[in-house]
Amino acid sequence: MNDNTLIEGKNGQWEVVIGLEVHAQVSSQAKLFSGASAAFGASANAHVSMVDAAMPGMLPVINRYCVEQAVRTGLGLNAEINLVSIFDRKNYFYADLPQGYQISQYKQPIVGEGSISITLPDGTSRDIGIERLHLEQDAGKSLHDQHPSKSYIDLNRSGVALMEIVSRPDMRSADEAAAYVSKLRAILRFLGTCDGNMEQGSLRADCNVSVRRPGAELGTRTETKNLNSIRFIAQAINSEVARQVQILENGGTIEQETRLFDTSTGQTRTMRSKEDAHDYRYFPDPDLLPLNLEAAWVEDLRKNLPELPDALRARLMEQYGLSAYDASLISEDRNTAAYYEKAAAGQDAKLVANWMVVELFGALNKMGITLEESPVKAEELGQLVARISDGTISGRIAKDVFALMLESGKDADAIIEEQGFQQVSDSGAIEEMIDKVLTENADKVAEYQGGKDKLFGFFVGQVMKASQGQANPAVVNDLLKKKLQK
Amino acid sequence: MSIDKQTVARIAHLARIAVDDGAQERLKAELSGILAWVEQLNELDTSHVAPLTSVTGHALPMREDAVSDGGDADTILANAPEKAADFFVVPKVIE
Amino acid sequence: MSELLSMTAVAARAGLAQKAFSARELTEAYLKAADDTAALNVYVAMTADKARAMADASDARLAKGDARPLEGIPIGIKDMFCTEGVETTASSRILKGFVPRYESTVTARLWDAGGVMLGKLNCDEFAMGSANETSAFGAAVNPWQATSGALKGKALTPGGSSGGSAAAMAARACLLAPGTDTGGSIRQPAALCGLVGLKPTYGRCSRRGIVAFASSLDQAGPITRDVADCALMLTAMAGHDAGDSTSLSAPLPDLESALTAGVKGMRIGIPDEYTLDSMNAEIIALWQQGRAWLEDAGAQCVSVSLPHTRYALPTYYIIAPAEASSNLARYDGVRYGQRVDGATLDEMYAKTRGAGFGDEVKRRVLIGTYVLSAGYYDAYYIKAQQVRRLIQDDFAKVFQDVDALLTPSTPTPAFALGAEMDALTMYLNDVFTVPANLAGIPAISVPAGLSSEGLPLGLQLIAPAMREDQLMRGGAVLEKAAGFTHIAKGAAA
Ligand SMILES: [Mg+2]
Ligand SMILES: [Zn+2]
Repeated sequence: MNDNTLIEGKNGQWEVVIGLEVHAQVSSQAKLFSGASAAFGASANAHVSMVDAAMPGMLPVINRYCVEQAVRTGLGLNAEINLVSIFDRKNYFYADLPQGYQISQYKQPIVGEGSISITLPDGTSRDIGIERLHLEQDAGKSLHDQHPSKSYIDLNRSGVALMEIVSRPDMRSADEAAAYVSKLRAILRFLGTCDGNMEQGSLRADCNVSVRRPGAELGTRTETKNLNSIRFIAQAINSEVARQVQILENGGTIEQETRLFDTSTGQTRTMRSKEDAHDYRYFPDPDLLPLNLEAAWVEDLRKNLPELPDALRARLMEQYGLSAYDASLISEDRNTAAYYEKAAAGQDAKLVANWMVVELFGALNKMGITLEESPVKAEELGQLVARISDGTISGRIAKDVFALMLESGKDADAIIEEQGFQQVSDSGAIEEMIDKVLTENADKVAEYQGGKDKLFGFFVGQVMKASQGQANPAVVNDLLKKKLQK
Repeated sequence: MSIDKQTVARIAHLARIAVDDGAQERLKAELSGILAWVEQLNELDTSHVAPLTSVTGHALPMREDAVSDGGDADTILANAPEKAADFFVVPKVIE
Repeated sequence: MSELLSMTAVAARAGLAQKAFSARELTEAYLKAADDTAALNVYVAMTADKARAMADASDARLAKGDARPLEGIPIGIKDMFCTEGVETTASSRILKGFVPRYESTVTARLWDAGGVMLGKLNCDEFAMGSANETSAFGAAVNPWQATSGALKGKALTPGGSSGGSAAAMAARACLLAPGTDTGGSIRQPAALCGLVGLKPTYGRCSRRGIVAFASSLDQAGPITRDVADCALMLTAMAGHDAGDSTSLSAPLPDLESALTAGVKGMRIGIPDEYTLDSMNAEIIALWQQGRAWLEDAGAQCVSVSLPHTRYALPTYYIIAPAEASSNLARYDGVRYGQRVDGATLDEMYAKTRGAGFGDEVKRRVLIGTYVLSAGYYDAYYIKAQQVRRLIQDDFAKVFQDVDALLTPSTPTPAFALGAEMDALTMYLNDVFTVPANLAGIPAISVPAGLSSEGLPLGLQLIAPAMREDQLMRGGAVLEKAAGFTHIAKGAAA
């Protein structure tokens, strides 16, 4: 365990233990057990079938595509696929749960144990265990703010296919939890099994958080439900950790409970409708038969998986010689990687990576736009780097060119031409500038020749300045050395 | 297994069925009687018997991923005891 | 009129084909019969206008010569089947006013086959009962009456839960009636009303659109006047449905040719365990008579053992309530049916369900909730699923040796309505029928004689899964030998 995740308390350190249950919506057209649309954003109850509204006698029939995506996701999480799994009913009453039960998988989920490797900001990696992945139905939506004494129910989400991905309690900080969700989202997006859109609720996390003295037994945990951004996940965990530590340090005890995160205060709070002890009375859904998968079918899916973030990252390091950090940033998203590979084709790949991670990402961040919206396209970034490599411009000038590219959307060659940014490599012209600088600084020349080597840099700087940065530094170096030796 | 009134109240709440005091008393006796009767199954040693989850032994049929239903909120809401706009309406739920 | 009411569906089909009478005339006769027998409380809703329109459409097809298998045949529908545009309540207060916007697959198939819908028939609430006394509409009454003995002059039960359907059939207030059978709800009322009732192999008839009681046990099937009608009707009802994941895709065997195939060479098992200490001597005698009839027709009868039979009822009374407790959770006053308001959501639920469900439904929902609840699941529910496997294995074993089993259908003939019976005594009515539901195998009840008080008694044949044809072979032989031609005293004339 890395010690830097421990929390300093009033009288000693605390260790934070976090496990996440992520609900990821399968990117299907229709719902898990009905033919109604699973699309986001329809008017109330427009995407509802008789099955979703739990009309008497209406029965579930499973969507093959959803099963396939659950298996592909399991394979992408390096998890075991269970060839026989069972759908169970989880029984409880709630206004947005029309059947009075959620069809889920309890004892025999479709996917068993797997793992996710996360990379932390300091470049280190850690494996987070996956306990299971199961398929289940989403519930509808209750709106509590439409009427003073009523709640309004919209069943559009009722029956939408979810993959619930349950981690082991392997995370030790909000940063690790955030890295885990980012990585999981990247894997889901690479696979195309979930769009990962957290604002629309396609990906939500329930955070199980507890604290303990390092090495002690697990503490009592709380579960904060339905967090729909990575920032909220981190905030909720940090506020929950602070709350628990404070309670424990004041001699209190933590109550095992479900909590809500209030985005306006950044704090978690207890659910006012304290549900009485849950007794979900799970049992196999008699409307459905056991789900049997063919081993050959699973193997076929495995063979046809796309390249996933870890493999991509390894390949970027291997093929382009990138650092672990650059590679992990570029492999976070398939479009980012595609952009990079296009830009790097035939170029100095490490230099392209550096330009992308530092200059491009920095600029896009500042502009608040995505890579897809970038005014600098992949080939254009490649061209800019090519001009550095072939000596047309210096790295310094390249930054000015890049700024103009962002501003105007024009390519590097056009800007270099327009602005006359070409580097001066003509030794005659440079000699003239050198002579002028040496004449103007005759005293320094004497000092240099008297043994003050450090002044060499000063002469280079003066020449570059005189050339307005356009002199080729290699040529300047070369000529300066020769002249000063005299 | 003989169950007490408290247990009757607990399961009635789990099942969301209002049961008044007198009915609880009556149900306590009736349910205890039924439970005692079904417990004759304990005469059988079933420690090596797999529970039966499906009587047919068939595999689960699957359908293709296509939108073939929904799109008609009026029909879905047609029988609702209380509705507003296109929503079902229930007493306010406090989270 | 009475000729129209006395013929079987097969005979009516022939009459319609020969233009001896029209579908409209046949339907009018049944609508009147339903009116005449209103005191039996069998119909909970009549759909006379719809019936006339459907009959006229049938006449048009008959005139063109493109009659379908059930063209113009008047059918009464148990209120467990959802019928589009026609109130469907499962005889429960909680569903009062519910008008489905969809049609159950089974009834849709009956209409596609040319059937004419007369109306909705009374049943036990959510099909939970064996006397039709749990209905929110009050009990349906058996048109049969005792001619002597203690029951003479008393209103008798038609059995349940398809009590309204069986009583309507016996009263000649409909010509065919689909029932649903979770633990005997087709066969027991058929036996008590002198009719043929068949529960098919689990999955044979789609459950889509049938109000669910216990999903792993529920099966729809025919209630008819004779075995030939049963073959005709089941052929129309059965078939694969992509809307029910438990629907069978294998085709139904040819039932019509099975009707005349006889039982020569068939081996029929007589299960030792179906002899109960408390059993009526007349029932035992009838059972022996049935064995003799089958042997006379060339079958070989052998005694067999189904050792776990005695555990079938307690197993059933764990599994069925467990599934029901979950299936009935959707009746919550939010999307359809009755609501009793409350200050909070939970209060609204509890009041709605407290007022909407009758006592037997509450009892079963509570038992089901209990056996699934934390700490009791293994001891009750899992135990029952283990014993269910043993029961299924018993059948599988004997069916390696025999083609069908012969048992009584019920332990007694019809009993008086309002006889204060405790739940466990009532449950015993289904002692012979429940095992076939647990094992998912088909079984038929055929009327075989009258008790000394003049009440119908039935014999049951049970076959391996998918072998409804063997039920037809044996059923036709029993029917012919028994020559049961009695008509209930309370039937329409
Ligand atoms: Mg959860
Ligand atoms: Zn979940």
